Amino acid sequence: MLEVAGLACIRGDRKLFSDLSFTLEEGELLRLHGHNGSGKTTLMRTLCGLSRESAGEIRWNGASIHKLGEEFTREVVYIGHKNGIKDDLTGVENLRVCSALDGCPVTERQAWDALERMGLMGHEDLPSRVLSQGQKRRVALARLLLNKSRLWILDEPFTALDVAAVDFLQSIIRDHINSGGMVILTTHQEVKITREQVLELRLGWKEAGHV
Amino acid sequence: MFNAFQTLLGRDLLLAMRRRSDLFTTLFFFVIVVSLFPLGIGPEMKTLRLIAPGVFWVAALLASMLALERLFAVDYEDGALEQMLLTPQPLFTLVLAKVIAHWLVTGLPLVLMAPLLGLQYDLSSDALGVMVVSLLLGTPALSLIGAIGAALTLGLRGGGVLVSLLVLPLYIPVLIFGSGAVEATASGMGGQGHLLMLGAILVLSLLLAPLAASAALRISVE
Repeated sequence: MLEVAGLACIRGDRKLFSDLSFTLEEGELLRLHGHNGSGKTTLMRTLCGLSRESAGEIRWNGASIHKLGEEFTREVVYIGHKNGIKDDLTGVENLRVCSALDGCPVTERQAWDALERMGLMGHEDLPSRVLSQGQKRRVALARLLLNKSRLWILDEPFTALDVAAVDFLQSIIRDHINSGGMVILTTHQEVKITREQVLELRLGWKEAGHV
Repeated sequence: MFNAFQTLLGRDLLLAMRRRSDLFTTLFFFVIVVSLFPLGIGPEMKTLRLIAPGVFWVAALLASMLALERLFAVDYEDGALEQMLLTPQPLFTLVLAKVIAHWLVTGLPLVLMAPLLGLQYDLSSDALGVMVVSLLLGTPALSLIGAIGAALTLGLRGGGVLVSLLVLPLYIPVLIFGSGAVEATASGMGGQGHLLMLGAILVLSLLLAPLAASAALRISVE
């Protein structure tokens, strides 16, 4: 369970949001809305512990995420604007390195399978340098198939993906929610995940009273 | 934890092998700088013997400086660094793995090349031996101390110049004891004391530098 209480974020002199509180339970998806520059990425980076909050607290199962340290990072996958894959390594190598660092090493076979499911058949052993933008994104997203983390924080996961990949990613997200995982995501596209567990949060809407 | 250390070390070495041009720039820089002095000064054996320790060590310092920029910058740009901060591994281990890989790629070749270059300076075989040992102890310390500067200046404009200003003063003890060891051996006093000091500096930086660099990385990525 992820609890956020009185969270505020100030970048330079600009207050992005303040007094933000919400709770995310197991099996729930939180979708962030907001215009460009409203602080969605900053909020996500703060939630996974990359950025420090200016005020307030983020708690994972009741304990502050900064106190939990590695116990918390074990439970989180963050996929941001940057894919975090090395251009000189092949898809399989990238995936195996990522998984080993995430603490759940995979065999070469498993990495090949994950990439195949991600629709990269025939491209598994090419250096990522020669892959297209969308294919690189798929390599990065293949981590989701091998990871055992409960909280996924996905910043614009659908960018650069084609229709088939978007559908597949939505089905992975749905499966993750159904099996008790938590997802926080931003997207400007329409998401076809219509369940009662979907929470919506709007940033940068002063009238709405959230900020 | 050890598995993560091995994985990252292996990854960085593999990346270095796939980009060999980066690997050789540091080595050639060292070779050329060291070789320029005998050409500029002329074949005056006495003078060359006198300046050799200083020249070697200053060249090693500058070469290690040159390579620092790439230590974290590539990972920072492609987002691998922020993923590293989010792994359930102690950052200390990951930073240490990266620095060791960096030293194996940029520092160790200098150490191996040094005896060959030392012939240009008419150094005795004793002095050459001590030179290699002092570089073997000193260059890892340079990489470790430099990692703090590299982590602090990550993502800054003109970070390359700033990192020299930050790190070069911290290199001074290594320079003094490193060249001191060779000088003392050449003049017949024995460089053991200097080498022990270098060893102490290496142990201290092994313990403290990854901690400081980890803290700096967290600040830089934010």
